[in-house]
Amino acid sequence: MGNKQTIFTAQQLDAYQDCTFFTRKEILRLFDRYRDLAPQLVPLDYTDQPDVRLPYELIGSMPELKDNPFRQRIAEVFSEDGEGNMTLDDFLDMFSVLSEMAPRDLKAYYAFKIYDFNNDDFLCKSDLEKTLNKLTRNELTEDEVRMVCEKVIDEADLDNDGRLSLEDFQHMIVRAPDFLSTFHIRI
Amino acid sequence: MEVLTTEGRDRLASHMSDVREQADERSEESMQTNLLVRNRWSAATLRVLSSMPSRSVGQQSRLEIISQCNIRSTQLRRYHRQTQDVSLSSRPSIRGYGIEADSEDVCEEETKRQELVNNLQSLSAGDRVRMLRATPLSLAEKTKLRKRVFSDKVGQSLLSSQVPCCSLLKRALYHILFGCLFIVSSLQLWQVALKRLGGRFGTGVLSYFLFIRTLLLFNVFLFLINGLFLVLPQAIHPPLHTPSSHRVTGLELFTGTGYLSNSVMFYGYYTNSTINTSCRPDEATAGTGCSTTSDPHMMAYNIPLAYFFTICITFFITGIVLVYSMSKSFGRSFRVFKSQGNLAIKVFCSWDFKVSKKMSVRLQSENITTQLKELLSEVKGGEEEKGRLSGMAVHLLAWSISLGSTFFCALGIHCFAKHMHLRRLEDVEGEVSLVHEARLLALPGVVSCGNLLLPGLFNLVSWMENFNSPIVRLYVSIFRNLLLKVSILGVLCYHWLGKIAAEPQQHGLQCWESFVGQELYRFLLVDFIFTVLYTVFGEFIWKLFSQGVLRRRRKPVFDIARNVLELIYGQTLTWLGVLFTPLLPAVQILKLLLLFHMKKSSLLVNCQASRKPWRASQMSTLFISLLCFPSFLGATVSVTYTIWTIKPSSGCGPFRNLPFMFHSGKQWAQELKSTNPKLAWLNWVHGCLVENPFFLFLMAGVFLMVIYVQTQILDGQRKIISLLQDQIENEGKDKKFLITRLQAVHEKRQYPLSPSSRPQPQGSEV
Repeated sequence: MGNKQTIFTAQQLDAYQDCTFFTRKEILRLFDRYRDLAPQLVPLDYTDQPDVRLPYELIGSMPELKDNPFRQRIAEVFSEDGEGNMTLDDFLDMFSVLSEMAPRDLKAYYAFKIYDFNNDDFLCKSDLEKTLNKLTRNELTEDEVRMVCEKVIDEADLDNDGRLSLEDFQHMIVRAPDFLSTFHIRI
Repeated sequence: MEVLTTEGRDRLASHMSDVREQADERSEESMQTNLLVRNRWSAATLRVLSSMPSRSVGQQSRLEIISQCNIRSTQLRRYHRQTQDVSLSSRPSIRGYGIEADSEDVCEEETKRQELVNNLQSLSAGDRVRMLRATPLSLAEKTKLRKRVFSDKVGQSLLSSQVPCCSLLKRALYHILFGCLFIVSSLQLWQVALKRLGGRFGTGVLSYFLFIRTLLLFNVFLFLINGLFLVLPQAIHPPLHTPSSHRVTGLELFTGTGYLSNSVMFYGYYTNSTINTSCRPDEATAGTGCSTTSDPHMMAYNIPLAYFFTICITFFITGIVLVYSMSKSFGRSFRVFKSQGNLAIKVFCSWDFKVSKKMSVRLQSENITTQLKELLSEVKGGEEEKGRLSGMAVHLLAWSISLGSTFFCALGIHCFAKHMHLRRLEDVEGEVSLVHEARLLALPGVVSCGNLLLPGLFNLVSWMENFNSPIVRLYVSIFRNLLLKVSILGVLCYHWLGKIAAEPQQHGLQCWESFVGQELYRFLLVDFIFTVLYTVFGEFIWKLFSQGVLRRRRKPVFDIARNVLELIYGQTLTWLGVLFTPLLPAVQILKLLLLFHMKKSSLLVNCQASRKPWRASQMSTLFISLLCFPSFLGATVSVTYTIWTIKPSSGCGPFRNLPFMFHSGKQWAQELKSTNPKLAWLNWVHGCLVENPFFLFLMAGVFLMVIYVQTQILDGQRKIISLLQDQIENEGKDKKFLITRLQAVHEKRQYPLSPSSRPQPQGSEV
């Protein structure tokens, strides 16, 4: 916790600490993880805020995300350009939201965006179908997928417009006691 | 140009408005759908929508909305840079479309950001940090925001110095909590194996294995208490016996006779006196243990009292735990929300993002797939199973076959037991030989055979019946098996407690309790051996048979009913036998451990999941209630009967000189009254509680009233929830209606001559 590190200025570290759920130590550790993905691309000196962006392939190859069926969507949601190429800020943001300290509403907001494949701020039927196929590795038949989507929209859609809005999603999350522990990546 | 009179004009106007109304109605539908296409909303509509109170309730949501709009604006600008299309922003944003209002965008965004900053500044330091962290903005935006918020504060150190203590504490708490949860979940016995089984075979089969784990925990508890308070003291201070010569053959392990009968395993070993911890064996006199010593500081441990109270307390605690877990299970299945919301939650909240190994990910996928299929089938409702024969007559026939076979089995066991007793009397008069000892295993063997074959008969019988759903079939099967087990156990109890215990001399027994304990031990062991044989040979051979001879492509399905009832049968035997064989729970523990692994391997090799997955949500509840009601209740009743009414044998055991077993407790209470008058109230309490029925009736009445009130509350809550849901739907409809009307008015004003917005009147107005 001393002032020996030269990667960030003290103000930067303070800012990171206030804006994420990590302590200084964890931020430095996360920086090391980020750098390990591509040591030749990431400089050791972030004091002048270099614009370094790691391509999605490197992010998706992290052991925590490698086998996750939603890794592409996670990277897309948290990346600035929407394509999955992440800066250090995006990287920290992603793991901060997915840490155990993040409150339920914040996680629900990002979970909603992750499951929203077409980025239209609603979970429509096609989004649900894609989610199901990723969850079950295409093991359900088309009929079953269709029925599950219908039933899900039936159950969760409160304002009856045929698709789930953020409010519907958050209302449903309130009733799920283990959402906080499943929407969590340990790093 | 027609000149119309006033009347005529009015009539014409009203006629035209009628026509217009009709045309309106016809095109209203299409208009509504047209107008609901949100791209066409004007900026005015959007502005009105975004300032609706429901969207700006509370400061928290306001910030969120503002930040959402912020995000929307950045995204819009991003999209504009990349593509020139209008983005399908169906969520109304304050700025409306972005194409024509790019410069407007930036100004609006600035004001929004300023608003956010002001809001943040108005909060306290801790709240500020919390709000900043919880805002769904990107980190870059947050740092900019933070810089602005703190640019006019004294220094950043203000914030960081005020925050540490509570946030660090919170963080520490979180870490501890998650660490504990992690440890607890990794300590759960057989967690990985259960996950695998659940994923592959469904919740029905999983509930069987969870039930094994529950029984194991009960038995561990029994074993620990008994071991600590009963077996250990007696083992440390063994009573003096005249050593009898027994040939050590392997058969003793199975029959419980021979050197085992004079060991700490059985009732007869325990003394009926007080052990004093400082006495040495050479001072003891035969049969009475250590008698008085002059040292007042040593601890006296009264064995009969310990025996009595240990048994009573273990039964009492087991009963409470059973009733508590049963009520919790019931509570879970009669949730207020029923099965609503389950599927959505399962789809969105059940994927554990922490799982990172490929194998575990695949397992999780399998698990979720199976659960979704089960939930779906529950939703679909049971399809009619294609029965072979249908009709009432078949059901009657099936039931009569089952009941008849149960009755004859029980009768057969009764007669066989009588016969075996007579044979044993003859044996006892003769000399002890291996064959005679082996004959002790005959009755358990016959009972186990009956237990194995009759469920097969029940399966055959139910195969020809026609059931509505697999759940009904399972319940019927469980009920038939239950009747079988209850009748067998009833007959055996009658024999042991009614015949043998009542007249032990007629059956040639010195110590009938040890004999009954040995019988129970034998039953437990033989049952286990037969289960092993059945699993290894029966299931395996049936699989080969069905795949080879019957040419079925699918392996057989795991028979839940029969296996669960076998478990309950074994546990009932254990509970019956705890009074006579304090170490019986240890035998049951070993048996359950071996059974788990054996059944798991057999399942993976021989069986496969049922083709129609069904949700076994009530299975655990059913198993626990079966364990509580027939099994535990029966065991408690027979133990209470033994303690209350049967005279203990006079030659052995801790209650040898008492008229009834519970007299040890009574004597102690009376001694207590005389030696320590302050504790006399205990005696009074005991008399009040146990011997006075009025108090029990009162308690029962109070409980019933509480249960009734709770059910009424639950009913009321359910009604309110459905009413609220209807209300929300209606509000949604109202909103849609108002939006379309608003948009229609706006369009009419904007484009008064456009043909699409107004239907043509039939006449022409001048």
